Amino acid sequence: MRRQSRPFFDATQIPDDLCPIATRMSPMRPGDWRSLRPVVNRAKCVKCSVCWLYCPVQCIVEKTAWFDVKLDTCKGCGICAEECPHGAITMIEEAS
Amino acid sequence: MSAVPQALPARKHLACDGNEAAALAVALARVDMVAVYPITPQSSLVEYLAKFIADGRLQAELVDVEGEHSVLSVLHGAALAGARTYTASCGPGLAFMFEPYLRTPGLRLPMVMSIVTRDTLTPQSVWGGHQDAMSVREVGWVQMYCETVQEVLDTVIMAYRIAEDRRVMLPVNVCHDGNYLSYGTARIELPEQSEVDAFVGTPNVNWHVALDPDRPMAVDPLTGGAGGPGPAMFVRYRKGQCAGMQHALQVIGEVHEEWGRLTGRYHAPLVEAYRMDGAELAIMTLGSMTGAGKDAVDEARDRGLRVGLVKVKTFRPFPVAAVSAALGEVKAVGVVDRSVDFGWNCGPLYRETLGALYHVQPQVPSMSFIGGLAGADITLQHFARVIGETDELRRGAPAGRTVWLNEND
Repeated sequence: MRRQSRPFFDATQIPDDLCPIATRMSPMRPGDWRSLRPVVNRAKCVKCSVCWLYCPVQCIVEKTAWFDVKLDTCKGCGICAEECPHGAITMIEEAS
Repeated sequence: MSAVPQALPARKHLACDGNEAAALAVALARVDMVAVYPITPQSSLVEYLAKFIADGRLQAELVDVEGEHSVLSVLHGAALAGARTYTASCGPGLAFMFEPYLRTPGLRLPMVMSIVTRDTLTPQSVWGGHQDAMSVREVGWVQMYCETVQEVLDTVIMAYRIAEDRRVMLPVNVCHDGNYLSYGTARIELPEQSEVDAFVGTPNVNWHVALDPDRPMAVDPLTGGAGGPGPAMFVRYRKGQCAGMQHALQVIGEVHEEWGRLTGRYHAPLVEAYRMDGAELAIMTLGSMTGAGKDAVDEARDRGLRVGLVKVKTFRPFPVAAVSAALGEVKAVGVVDRSVDFGWNCGPLYRETLGALYHVQPQVPSMSFIGGLAGADITLQHFARVIGETDELRRGAPAGRTVWLNEND
């Protein structure tokens, strides 16, 4: 058995119709394909942290007087809006 | 065919069955990792492998896993890390393996797996038949059917050369008939270890895709989709797979030729034409039934009937040119299958042959014979009937019919 790592794997030296591989990270983040966006009503938020606990991608961030959403990683699933006991989060459509 | 070499070295002979022959071939090919799950009629093959590894005859990792799905998944990891791999399965085990089985050709992993062919459930059956291998014929594995125990040993060794050839890079199924070849004992000749070492070479199976901490990569990321470059990339990989299959036709021939020079055993790589000189009739066979078919052809020739036999060894990729060339001069063809094609109410080899006959003018009348299901014998009498009905076809009997040989046994 030959150890593949010496010499280094050189993707330019293999045919491009064999097995699909990716050697660079994709720059795309969930925020790039989200269709619904959560909007927090600061007046209703009591900082109970329910949204923070439930968010599957941990995109809830703490502000001084309310919790907000980091939109580059939010995928728009709406779980926070569903779980918020105070109805402080609404999902609105992304403009485009 | 080439001239037989002058002096071949004296080699060891032994009597063994097809399952042991396959295991011996795996040991001779010095695989790095074996993962297996026992299933009738493959079980003794697994036991032989376990014994060879326990005895130190084969220096390989043996992975006992909980089922066939894990068998092939474990071997995917091993192959991506650079290991030469082997497994064997059949019937319901092959069915349970289907998800990773489906992915293997697309990953272009040159693995070798024996299918010890078994009829599929239901009705409940543990006996031979080609239905399991035939059910997976469109997945993209190379599939070769063996006729004898010796051919099982030789073909498993050759399979590594074919799979690992850079023009091919596809997994290979070596099919040997459950019961007839798995348990049928015959005298075989063993090649020397040094000869096999030189023949198969040092494995380098992950030059194109690897699990490698020094050079991280995503293996098989999402490709395709509705927009962007995805669909065109997907087409490129699919076309690459098809090209690999077509290259295999050439490579299988070269590897069989080289093995013949080494051992003196020239197995027909794609299609064997037996007594086809001047033949007006042809019968077609697959696998171990061929022996009885050849005897029946000899008897018919003795009676003056101009009949020959065409055996298909390589079923995937289907050797269209070789089959249409072999059948180019005949006036009627009878195709014998040990499995059924549910879509066409005939045998799968028959349906494939129809496609090859499209290239032959004038049109050759043909018909399908189905026998040997669930371990049934296809006897000399059955083959005599096949030849007789094919002769009727030549005289103008309706073509395209399907005859079930063991219907009244």
